[in-house]
Amino acid sequence: MQKVKTRLSIGDRTLKLLVLVTAILVLTLMIFIAWQMIVASKPSFAKFGWSFVTGKTWDSVNGNFGALPFIYGTLVTSLLALILAVPTGLGLAIFLNEMAPSSIKTTVSFLAELLAAIPSVVYGLWGIFVLAPWLQNTAEPWLSRMFGFLPLFQGPPLGVGMLAGGLILAVMILPIITAISRDVMGAVPNTQREAALALGTTRWEMIKTAVIPYAKSGIIGGIMLGLGRALGETMAITMVIGNRAQISASLFAPANSLASVIASEFTEATSLHLSALVEVGLILFSISLIVNILARLLVWSVARNVTGGHAA
Amino acid sequence: MIDSADRAITMDLPSNYVVRRYKNWLISGLLILATLIAITPLFMVLGYVVANGIGSISMSFFTELPKPMGEVGGGVANAIVGTLTLIFISSIIGIPIGILSAIYLSEYDRHSLLANAVRFTTDVLMGIPSIIVGIVVYASLVLAIGHFSAIAGGVALAIIMVPTVIRATEEMLNLVPYSLREAAYALGFPKWRMVLQIVLPAAAKGVITGVMLGVARVAGETAPLLFTAFGNNYWSKSINEPIAALPMQIYLYATSPSKESHSQAWAAALILIILVITLNLIARLALRDKNT
Repeated sequence: MQKVKTRLSIGDRTLKLLVLVTAILVLTLMIFIAWQMIVASKPSFAKFGWSFVTGKTWDSVNGNFGALPFIYGTLVTSLLALILAVPTGLGLAIFLNEMAPSSIKTTVSFLAELLAAIPSVVYGLWGIFVLAPWLQNTAEPWLSRMFGFLPLFQGPPLGVGMLAGGLILAVMILPIITAISRDVMGAVPNTQREAALALGTTRWEMIKTAVIPYAKSGIIGGIMLGLGRALGETMAITMVIGNRAQISASLFAPANSLASVIASEFTEATSLHLSALVEVGLILFSISLIVNILARLLVWSVARNVTGGHAA
Repeated sequence: MIDSADRAITMDLPSNYVVRRYKNWLISGLLILATLIAITPLFMVLGYVVANGIGSISMSFFTELPKPMGEVGGGVANAIVGTLTLIFISSIIGIPIGILSAIYLSEYDRHSLLANAVRFTTDVLMGIPSIIVGIVVYASLVLAIGHFSAIAGGVALAIIMVPTVIRATEEMLNLVPYSLREAAYALGFPKWRMVLQIVLPAAAKGVITGVMLGVARVAGETAPLLFTAFGNNYWSKSINEPIAALPMQIYLYATSPSKESHSQAWAAALILIILVITLNLIARLALRDKNT
């Protein structure tokens, strides 16, 4: 009896210890990532200090590094992606949740999930050979003819550049925005909708007054998750952004993002250049950490408020 | 015909009501337009990959090594094997860690501070750019070993895989009814056997779905491999050497100036998409089976 009891409790203790250790391992992984990057970027931080964030030159030959062009490139492409993907993604989510019959809903949801499953490098390939030539020959000349008075649409149409980057990012973040807003809107109780309709609203007024306000913080969370994805997206953007460290008002101009400069220069970099690239990574890490934490808190708050709702 | 009360209503409402209805139709139209715009890129990307890729796929594409840039022919056999190797290495590291952490969250400590911290970290990890993981594995593992290797690539992919597996598995374990656990206890099962022999098998299909989604996610990853697995034009003799992978090969081919490389890139992209979509479909079919 005694023997059996000991054997069993060893099994219990082993599994408990094992799962506890792995859970703590996951927790420390985050700290490990941050610590590794801080250590590896030390030489660069020691040399440039905070001026690294505001420096406009990126000169690997003379060892002078500033990350501002990459911060600019990342922000411009991500904002452009949000401007394009938010209305479309939300429109799709509202259509799926409030309008579509269930057969269409299943099919289109599935297609949107497939869109999310396509690897980044395949989007990049498509971007180089299909999107960029189309931009160069058709879209960019048209834009500069129609809106050329804006600094945004001036300069030679090159195809590759921030516009191409923003467009590719928009396609890539659309599924995440749609999936999360669809989930939080699905969690809005039907009584809300019925009450609005009973007051004589049209369908759009019902959506506007009863559904969207209820799901608002979750939708914003979904948009921020999409933003987080856009900020850190690497391969597709590296392939279409043109890879040049410059700050230009024109969307047609080639640029570089935080992620794309790391992808394109890291393997050839040594000593200070390498350390500077890791510091670029640290900036990217910090920005996406903040965006993701805010996004998660927003999505969590909705999931917690709505009983029985889907956690995203 | 129409009595005065009705007329009063219809006369009162029209201008306002008609505008509201037109607005409703207009917005419905815009929503449908948004849906069409959202779905178009999928068909365009898939269409171009199939149309451009199918011509370059032949038997030799699966059996030969890549030819030097610019030469016609050759295959991506080493990259296909490399991708499978990397998936295998990352799976044997990432899947156990993911499932064990999920067991912790679901069976041992659902509501404690530590559990919520792990859950939150997992969610945030999911959003960390994959290239950051590449840098960290380079700075820790590649520098420690002294060279690029399949092991380093596998570790990087495992780190990316873990959060997906944890979240999906935890969700599935939470769906297992308490009565099953109580029945196991009533029969005198110790907790560890209850977890491993009752709860885990009951959630098996859902767990497989989560694992497959995790695998599908890393199968197409390129960024974290660039400075860990690095790529290789030849066969890797061991997992301690740099290794090729399909996504990296697509990147190399696509950014090279030669036309021949470009058609190889499309063909490799077609194979990669088929691989990733198959993994996704298997994952979803497994789950659908469970629900019926």
